Amino acid sequence: MSGLVLIVGRDLRLALRQSADAWLAVLFFVLTGALFPFGIGPEPSLLKLIAPGVIWVVALLAVLLSLERLFLADYEDGSLEQLLLSPLPLELAILGKVLAHWLTTGLPLIAAAPLLAVLFNMDMAGLGVLLLAMLLGTPILSLIGAIGAALTLGARRGGVLIPLLVLPLYIPALIFGVGATDAALAGLSARPDLMLLAALLLVMLVITPLAGAAALRQALE
Amino acid sequence: MALFEARNLDCRRGGRDVFAGLSFSLPAGGALLLTGANGTGKSSLLRLLAGLLRPVGGAILWDGQPIDAEPGDHAARLHYLGHLDAVKPVLSAKENLRFWAALRGRAASIEPALDHFALSALADIPGRLLSAGQHRRLALARLLASPAELWLLDEPSVGLDHASVGKLAEAIAKHRAGGGRVVVATHMALDMPGAEPLSLDALAPPPLPEMVW
Repeated sequence: MSGLVLIVGRDLRLALRQSADAWLAVLFFVLTGALFPFGIGPEPSLLKLIAPGVIWVVALLAVLLSLERLFLADYEDGSLEQLLLSPLPLELAILGKVLAHWLTTGLPLIAAAPLLAVLFNMDMAGLGVLLLAMLLGTPILSLIGAIGAALTLGARRGGVLIPLLVLPLYIPALIFGVGATDAALAGLSARPDLMLLAALLLVMLVITPLAGAAALRQALE
Repeated sequence: MALFEARNLDCRRGGRDVFAGLSFSLPAGGALLLTGANGTGKSSLLRLLAGLLRPVGGAILWDGQPIDAEPGDHAARLHYLGHLDAVKPVLSAKENLRFWAALRGRAASIEPALDHFALSALADIPGRLLSAGQHRRLALARLLASPAELWLLDEPSVGLDHASVGKLAEAIAKHRAGGGRVVVATHMALDMPGAEPLSLDALAPPPLPEMVW
């Protein structure tokens, strides 16, 4: 367990010292979201309608943008080799790295989401559920993305491959994430969607360490 | 005392046989010096011994147990130093070393390790400002910062100045005196009294006969 904490601590420290990377995802999130009103016109009722969907899709793309650096730097400088040969199980090391990735990418996105909600004139009654759904959903994005990042290590132009691998797998999280917020906005219970998101999160918490470790071992052969 | 041995190892990389029928045994305090031309599989052998690669045939045994039976146990008793130094550019020398030592969980002794490779004055300098040789010394300091029975060193002296090569030989001698084992692949002269040479040149598989279609 202390090994996990060490990895999270190191990755957070690295992210803080290279804070440009962390800002990139948030700025991308806000700027891309702000483009939509220009593209589809400033009709308030229309913007209100599409707000949850746009916020989720843009969050998903922002996470995608940050995935390549998840393992690549460690792979290139030999740290991954040393991690694999440390007494800490590789599965736990991956969980630590994904947790640090979420803390530096997913969490800032959640913090910036109210800004986009206001820009889109979203009904503030749905904001709580939107944030809760993102709290459950963005870790899923990091977890699924980690498998894609691990699989494309060592492949030429691997970073371009990640979206192709990962985007289709993001669809369930997108559906339930938007579904929860839409339900709350329509005055229905968001509970079923949130429960499905939570279930998806639990499943990925098991699959990602196993699949990721297998992919990293393969990459280091 | 446990014996570290390899029996009849076959290694294949990318569909090409690298070496075949390699065997050795290494008692406590022993040193194995791998020699051979480029491409004869010195690095591959070290990665096999670390458990990063799997042999196509043969077995690697520690105390009679295959090393892949308990990969975690094997990883805990070895230090592997490959071509890459695993130094983070934005962390200081000390922070880099402290992380790897703490991850191994034993009583870490950072200061003496830095001191041995003359890095004390550079302890607070970020990795990106260190030279290639200093990176290498920092990677070597990992060996001393946390104890491990088996050192697997791939060209450890690349980029090192004369004084540092001496310090490395000193560290290896001390490690062996304490019952540690070391396997080194190097082209440079490294002072290791009593090291058993293992040449990989002779183990290259015979070239395949010309295919006739």
